[in-house]
Amino acid sequence: MSTWDNNPVLKVEHLTMRFGGLTAVGDLSFNVGRGDITALIGPNGAGKTTVFNCITGFYKPTEGRLVMNRSSGDKHLLERMADFKITADAKVARTFQNIRLFGGMTILENLMVAQHNPLMVASNWTIGGLLGLGGYKKSNVEAIETAKYWLERTDLIDRADVPAADLCYGDQRRLEIARAMCTGPELLCLDEPAAGLNPKESLELNTLLQFIRKEHGTSVLLIEHDMSVVMEISDHVVVLDYGVKISDGTPEFVKNDPHVIAAYLGVEDDEVEQVEEEVGIV
Amino acid sequence: MMQARQRDSLFVASVKDSLGGALVAFALACVMVGLKVDVASGRGAELFLEHRWLAVAIAVALVFVVRLGMNMFFWKREDAPSLGLSGFLPKGGLGDGSTNLLKYGMLVLAVALPFALMYYLGSRGSRQYIDLAILVLTYVMLGWGLNIVVGLAGLLDLGYVAFYAVGAYSYALLAHYFGFSFWICLPLAGILAAFWGIILGFPVLRLRGDYLAIVTLAFGEIIRVVLLNWYEFTGGPDGLSGIPRPSFFGLEFTRGEGGFADFFGLKYNSIHRIIFLYYLIFIMAMFTNFVTMRLRRMPIGRAWEALREDEIACRALGINTTNTKLTAFALGAMFGGFAGSFFATRQGFISPESFTFLESAIILAIVVLGGLGSQVGVVIASIVMIGGFEMFREFEEYRMLVFGIIMVVIMVWKPRGLVSSRTPSVALSKNAKGISADLVQEGHG
Amino acid sequence: MDYFLQQLINGVTLGSIYGLIAIGYTMVYGIIGMINFAHGDIFMVGSFISLILIVALGITAATPVLLLILALALVLVVAMALTAVWGWTVERVAYRPLRGSFRLAPLITAIGASIALQNFVQVSQGAKNKPLQPLISGDFQLTDGGADGSGFIVNLSYMQILIVVTTVVLMAGFTYIINKTSLGRSQRACEQDRKMAALLGVNVDRTISLTFVMGASLAAVAGLMFLLYYGVVDFYIGFLAGVKAFTAAVLGGIGSLPGAMLGGLLIGLIETFWSGYFSVEYKDVAAFSILAIVLIFMPEGLLGQPEVEKV
Ligand SMILES: Nc1ncnc2c1ncn2[C@@H]1O[C@H](COP(=O)(O)OP(=O)(O)OP(=O)(O)O)[C@@H](O)[C@H]1O
Ligand SMILES: [Mg+2]
Repeated sequence: MSTWDNNPVLKVEHLTMRFGGLTAVGDLSFNVGRGDITALIGPNGAGKTTVFNCITGFYKPTEGRLVMNRSSGDKHLLERMADFKITADAKVARTFQNIRLFGGMTILENLMVAQHNPLMVASNWTIGGLLGLGGYKKSNVEAIETAKYWLERTDLIDRADVPAADLCYGDQRRLEIARAMCTGPELLCLDEPAAGLNPKESLELNTLLQFIRKEHGTSVLLIEHDMSVVMEISDHVVVLDYGVKISDGTPEFVKNDPHVIAAYLGVEDDEVEQVEEEVGIV
Repeated sequence: MMQARQRDSLFVASVKDSLGGALVAFALACVMVGLKVDVASGRGAELFLEHRWLAVAIAVALVFVVRLGMNMFFWKREDAPSLGLSGFLPKGGLGDGSTNLLKYGMLVLAVALPFALMYYLGSRGSRQYIDLAILVLTYVMLGWGLNIVVGLAGLLDLGYVAFYAVGAYSYALLAHYFGFSFWICLPLAGILAAFWGIILGFPVLRLRGDYLAIVTLAFGEIIRVVLLNWYEFTGGPDGLSGIPRPSFFGLEFTRGEGGFADFFGLKYNSIHRIIFLYYLIFIMAMFTNFVTMRLRRMPIGRAWEALREDEIACRALGINTTNTKLTAFALGAMFGGFAGSFFATRQGFISPESFTFLESAIILAIVVLGGLGSQVGVVIASIVMIGGFEMFREFEEYRMLVFGIIMVVIMVWKPRGLVSSRTPSVALSKNAKGISADLVQEGHG
Repeated sequence: MDYFLQQLINGVTLGSIYGLIAIGYTMVYGIIGMINFAHGDIFMVGSFISLILIVALGITAATPVLLLILALALVLVVAMALTAVWGWTVERVAYRPLRGSFRLAPLITAIGASIALQNFVQVSQGAKNKPLQPLISGDFQLTDGGADGSGFIVNLSYMQILIVVTTVVLMAGFTYIINKTSLGRSQRACEQDRKMAALLGVNVDRTISLTFVMGASLAAVAGLMFLLYYGVVDFYIGFLAGVKAFTAAVLGGIGSLPGAMLGGLLIGLIETFWSGYFSVEYKDVAAFSILAIVLIFMPEGLLGQPEVEKV
């Protein structure tokens, strides 16, 4: 029994997602450990993003259960919840593989939008705020402070008033993470956060993720193709191929799993050694 | 290819192109202008044709000459001086500084307008201008209301006039059946319109883009058709008349004892009521503006704009997009309803004819021409469109024709509208810049 | 029973006219993703051109049948050509400069063009409506044989046959063009991805222009049919017919040619049946309500491609 099986933050049980005849994810079960950085890896088209979409409610799974255990002890069955409720109530935040920022709004505004729900409450669903009643002003200032905090963490503070569309690619990726963190998540799902980053930025990303996990206790589930990132920061790796889990364990374990090597090299399991010899890996 | 082009001298190429233009002009005009079909008076209602070949010849010649000139001096020349209109305004629309100046300038002007007019033209001469100003302000208010829906939330609503109608009829009917005064009816009309907004919005706001557009258009038509045919209740095509006029805190604008003029010791003058109406719509419009500007800086307003930018990202941030859209729709409807009851009380008479699709189209055009989401833009566009339109009263026949052409021309000239920059709703530094409209999304819903 | 059949025939006729206009909307929407608001008015212009040509050629009900058919065919062809020029011009002047600009700009120019066209016709042809004496009269009487009057009698006029047959023929022709010719292939390529199509050597501007030309010439056909069937036109007929036809296009699934035809038929049937059995005043309400209901439950229309929301 591995550490992530004790009191996991998210339990994925028998998750299946079919699109017509295509089974994008088939009977997938795994746990995301509390406070862990869990990596979900697999070749292109393996169904990783589909798993994310099921977790965050953008797709309704064909079968299966997704149980989110909040630290407060509340349990949420994600497959039954509307997408926005999953972020609002179950505290799961996500980023997108193809970045989705509010391009015409400034970076600060992006982060303010992320704090929509608490601010709505603070403004008594707009009415109090409009009339200048209640603690809306104070909450607004606090929200700006939170935003500033994350801007500092992500090194974007100098560009707070710049439209998001004007940022370069790496900054946009970091902004998306900062925005997700502004929703105050317990589980942060990152879809290929290192894609398109240069090695330096990639390193900074590692630091940021470590920081998020350490200082905020946020569990992280990330999809990543960059093995150096995966091996370095993750505590637990789940490998998908054609929608099926082929390996699950520590980075060490997964790295040496012949199934994984076979899947990544695109050969049958029993040909692995032969191929490895040919290319001289061993 | 290249050689062939070089061989054609500038003149020959221009002539060729202009001949093409003239040919198209001829094809367009030969039947539709050259021949006029008319009904013979008298029995039989025979159709006969009237010939106007001279007009066709003039049209064709005009196209040829204008195109030739343009070709020779602008279009086909590499060293062509940059042409016309775009030189008049700074690139990218009006900048922040100039819009601020414009804003306060217009505000002062709007407050002082009736008195300035009275001073220079006297009460008789200024009446027509104040009436026009009232009309413009009504459109400003409608534009600001629709701006919430289209400009901020990015929801394309082609049936906005429905809420204007609901407001107008609510006031007229409430006043008629219950004898409520304007000041009670005004909020009720707004609430009813908002309520209708929610009822209509709830099923359709799931639709995206142009589907939403066509369904809102359909709802606008449905409401009009119902108003037209529900004779017992709405008076059908005859409309409702005798709608009570508003009072100034209980003082009626009537001659004699107890009227407004009497109370303030003024000589009775019918212009008082007009001026009162002017300030009434001015305050209502400014209220709309105030609420909108305040909401923009609140979570709901930011959520609207975020929705326009990317709905999926909104949902990933825990925003209930359905409710957010509904509030935008309902709020826009409410302001439409307010404007509607003002319209009813000003006219004293309403009929379904005032609430056609054309009205929705004009309001939408004002919002888009002004620059989506820009409050100042709406004012400028209203003045240009409505003010300009009324100026051409003498050319009754050609007025709408020119109106349509102007709509096309302005849009082609400035696709992003006259004021095309977005001010951030919150900023860390004092001198945050406006966001160029090229970055701002227009919404898909 | 006979009443029902009669309404059915009338509905199909009206639906064919809507369908012809709807094709123009659907093709334009498919290729550049805009609602061509002026299309209803192009239909109206087509109708006027047909009327003027008919009067100019002196066609009356007294014209011998063969000559009548020939003359009408001539009117049809010329009206299609001239209306196509109108459609082309509107695209050239009001839409092409805004290509690649944001979505609402061409919508506003379309509305502007619609207003301009309507009022141009009002100015140039006068505001009065123009009645045309019926040119093609006569009908088949379909009965179930009960000559004593107990059976049903349904009138199927030559006019109705003409309309439905013309529609079917044109529909077949256009389906062929879209599916089999290189123009159709370019159109479908532009629909999928205009930039990529341009990179691969498709002349996008020309393809789009031709789409407008095709749409406008079909609208001219609808215009002539409308004129012959109802026998009256005015400058305002474009608006309602346009809105109905667009409704039809959306109902059938916008972007789909068979969808436009199906939607047209449905709207025509709903309208006639509603007028026949309930109330004439509320026929538009019925058509629009059906549209709203269908869209709410099937947002992509009856035959449209569901839009996958890839996240
Ligand atoms: N909405 C959808 N409709 C139909 N098929 C889909 C849909 N979403 C995903 N798929 C299919 O499911 C499979 C898995 O896709 P998914 O995006 O989850 O892969 P992935 O592992 O994220 O790949 P990549 O590494 O390229 O991002 C693919 O074959 C894809 O085409
Ligand atoms: Mg993916």
